[in-house]
Amino acid sequence: MTSDVIKRREFLRGSVTAVLAAAAGVGLLRGPRANAATIRNVAGWPEAFGVKAVNRVQAAYAQAADKVLMESVGTTHVPVSSRIKISAPTIAENGGSVPVTVSVDWPMTADNYIEAVYMYVFHNPAPLVSEYHFTPANGEAYFSERIKMAKTDNVHVIAKTNKGVLMAAVPRKVKVTIGGCGG
Amino acid sequence: MARFGNPMIRMPGHAKKGEVIEVRSLIMDPMITGFVKNKAGRIPPADFIEEVTVTFNGKLLMTADWGTAVSANPYLAFKMRAESSGTLRMVWRDNRGRHWSTSARLRVT
Repeated sequence: MTSDVIKRREFLRGSVTAVLAAAAGVGLLRGPRANAATIRNVAGWPEAFGVKAVNRVQAAYAQAADKVLMESVGTTHVPVSSRIKISAPTIAENGGSVPVTVSVDWPMTADNYIEAVYMYVFHNPAPLVSEYHFTPANGEAYFSERIKMAKTDNVHVIAKTNKGVLMAAVPRKVKVTIGGCGG
Repeated sequence: MARFGNPMIRMPGHAKKGEVIEVRSLIMDPMITGFVKNKAGRIPPADFIEEVTVTFNGKLLMTADWGTAVSANPYLAFKMRAESSGTLRMVWRDNRGRHWSTSARLRVT
């Protein structure tokens, strides 16, 4: 069933096909049909995509998450990589200000660098928290900022190289005791 | 009550050539989401910084596109490889078109 989904999407989105083909070509991505760890089978990601959707609320949430991913990176099949590190507190007392630091272990040379990094908190009313665009002159794809979190949730990060190869971070769970969206 | 503006950059004044330095920045902004009631019981419209542009000697270094989920008085730290002396300039632009900017000098030895 999963492969049917990706086939339909590839058909609909030629650019995605090109990206996957290019990525497979350089051996960085084994493709969604291999048993690679993707955001669909790693703990912390699946509940965002309806794998365990047991009721309509979860299904609606999964759809929303799906939509955000399609709009930002154009696919919901992203391999999980340990090259992205997220630092955040395990427990945040104030969801209105959660310090998060993200760094990507990737060379930042003129022809091979991290072009964009997306950060999501899917239970927030606006799930795409921020989007960073880097250049090789950065030396490292790194940023640190403070974000709002509506409730206990995972922080998700996806990075994109200048060649269009996508990689997702292992989700970082932050327990929020007072939500950051209720004033 | 400086509720808006007052942008600040903190970074080393000089660095060795090729060294990757950390730049930290801060600006005052309430980052109103447009979802939350204020004390008067009204829901004020969204008012937040949506784009930060960083240039070094006029050349684009990086941009940050922010949503409403970035905390009030947003702090941002990032890295930069020191290749030549010059001026780092940051511009914050909000969803109403207002913008604030500041710059800092770097000397590379």
